[in-house]
Amino acid sequence: MPGLCCFGVSRIGLPLISPSAVDFASQFPHFHGRDAVSTASTADSRNLIHSLGGETIRFVEGLGDLALFTLTTLRWMTRGLPRRSVVLQSMYEVGVRSIGVVLITGMFIGMVLAVQGYEQFHLMRMETRIGAVINIALVKELGPVLAATMLAGRVGSAMAAELGTMRVTEQIDALRALGANPYQYLVVPRFLACFLLIPLLTAFADAIGIFGGWLLSTQVLGVDSAFYWHHSLDYVAAYDVLTGLLKSMFFGAAIAVISCHRGFNCGAGAEGVGRAATESFVLSFVAILVTDFFVTIFTTHLYYVIWPAPVSLL
Amino acid sequence: MSFENRFNSDEIGSSIIELKNVSRQFGTQQVLRDITMQVYSGETLVLIGESGCGKSVMMKLMMGLLESSSGDVLWNGVPIAGRSDGELVQDRLRFGFLFQGAALFDSMSVFENVAFGLRQNTKMSEEYIRHSVMNRIQDVGLSAASASKMPSQLSGGMRKRVGLARAMALMPDIILYDEPTTGLDPIMTDVINTLILKTRSRRPVTSVVVTHEMSTVRKVADRVLMFYPLSRLQPGEPQIVFEGTPEQAFSSLDPRVSQFVYGEARDRLEELAAA
Repeated sequence: MPGLCCFGVSRIGLPLISPSAVDFASQFPHFHGRDAVSTASTADSRNLIHSLGGETIRFVEGLGDLALFTLTTLRWMTRGLPRRSVVLQSMYEVGVRSIGVVLITGMFIGMVLAVQGYEQFHLMRMETRIGAVINIALVKELGPVLAATMLAGRVGSAMAAELGTMRVTEQIDALRALGANPYQYLVVPRFLACFLLIPLLTAFADAIGIFGGWLLSTQVLGVDSAFYWHHSLDYVAAYDVLTGLLKSMFFGAAIAVISCHRGFNCGAGAEGVGRAATESFVLSFVAILVTDFFVTIFTTHLYYVIWPAPVSLL
Repeated sequence: MSFENRFNSDEIGSSIIELKNVSRQFGTQQVLRDITMQVYSGETLVLIGESGCGKSVMMKLMMGLLESSSGDVLWNGVPIAGRSDGELVQDRLRFGFLFQGAALFDSMSVFENVAFGLRQNTKMSEEYIRHSVMNRIQDVGLSAASASKMPSQLSGGMRKRVGLARAMALMPDIILYDEPTTGLDPIMTDVINTLILKTRSRRPVTSVVVTHEMSTVRKVADRVLMFYPLSRLQPGEPQIVFEGTPEQAFSSLDPRVSQFVYGEARDRLEELAAA
């Protein structure tokens, strides 16, 4: 009877309370026998709090596991780089094949900023200033985040699915059996490719977005081109562009680590692979926005550390 | 190269792999409990038992691809737990592992799959690798033309044979076969059985075979171990329910053994329906 009860508890998805339940049952065997109804109601009233606690612990465990995964990856990176052909293949997949989608989305985001901003600025007769807004938004936020999102969607989920399939079909075990380390062979090249190439993709997104914004503002909406550039140059500093590119490297690292981690811990079968791909995108996207927030706070403070006086508030 | 004559260091009949009171669990589910067994140099040991009784896990424990939850795995009398990562990787190269689904690398051709271990662990010239790989491919009865094919273009039997060629590329002393004939037609099953025998006649290797196929047991086994799923055992009962020659397995009076070797459902269906 106590055994059955503990089994029931673990079946409803609370493996964490079962050890204590076992202790409890072995110490007070009469408890369950005497009052089965009250045990059942206790189990019910524990449900919400315990599932909340269970979720929290699972979250913290997942985060810790991800941190260990990252450390192992970094450690293997210091033990000699993987073969060039393997890295180049990853770089081709991550970099070259992502250019198209980054250019298209970058172009449209630049153009839509122009359309959205124009109405407001036109009301104030300040439409020549629109370039400043478009370009600062692009290089500081939209370029890096857009490139990272595209990378997470196009490359991140593909990596999770590929490594997940390798896990499910025992190819990762086969690598180890043949004397290769899966971290060094699979994770490090993907990490390097994402980390090193995402600034370039961001630069592409920035550039095409700037072009798209300019095209729509000056050629369609009739803003004067000279003033457009003049105001843009007033506002957009090299520091903004560089921090945008720097930020994207954090995104690239997060995408690579999260996607590979999801792939390595993939569940069984086609369902597991599908879930790994979806989770890797969702988690990467969350990680992108969270790191974006913190890195932006940091770079903003850093700006005032380097240039203490507020430079231009007009 | 050092690995080519390494097998000479093992005396025939000495214990090459040993498991001492090994248990393994995944999460809360225990798969292996208190297993003690040995693999002797030069023998062909066959592990049988129902699906889910932990045979594949056993093989991965033997090779050090999984760690035991408790107990020791010893190679040539030395526990693997004490070895550094580098030593473990190096010593693991003495093993060849034929995976259940062959586990060929999808992104590589047959040639690159077989060459992988050589490229990864040796500094052989490209010419020597080519020569060695083509020999392995011919050993398993594949044509030279199939070397350039991708794994997705191969049939099940061909995949298994490429997997075998890959496992043999580094001239291992011990070959572990995880269900080598599962999913193959009877003729291909016998081809694989014959290959297992031929491998052994070519070089004095130790083989461990996990299988459900009784024809494999008859044909290749020197010694048979039968495992029983923990869920069907009482606490404290040993999980290895049979050890002996194939003949003894077929004439065993233990109902659990005879049920398996003759493939009889008996009251299992009723039992499953009731569960």
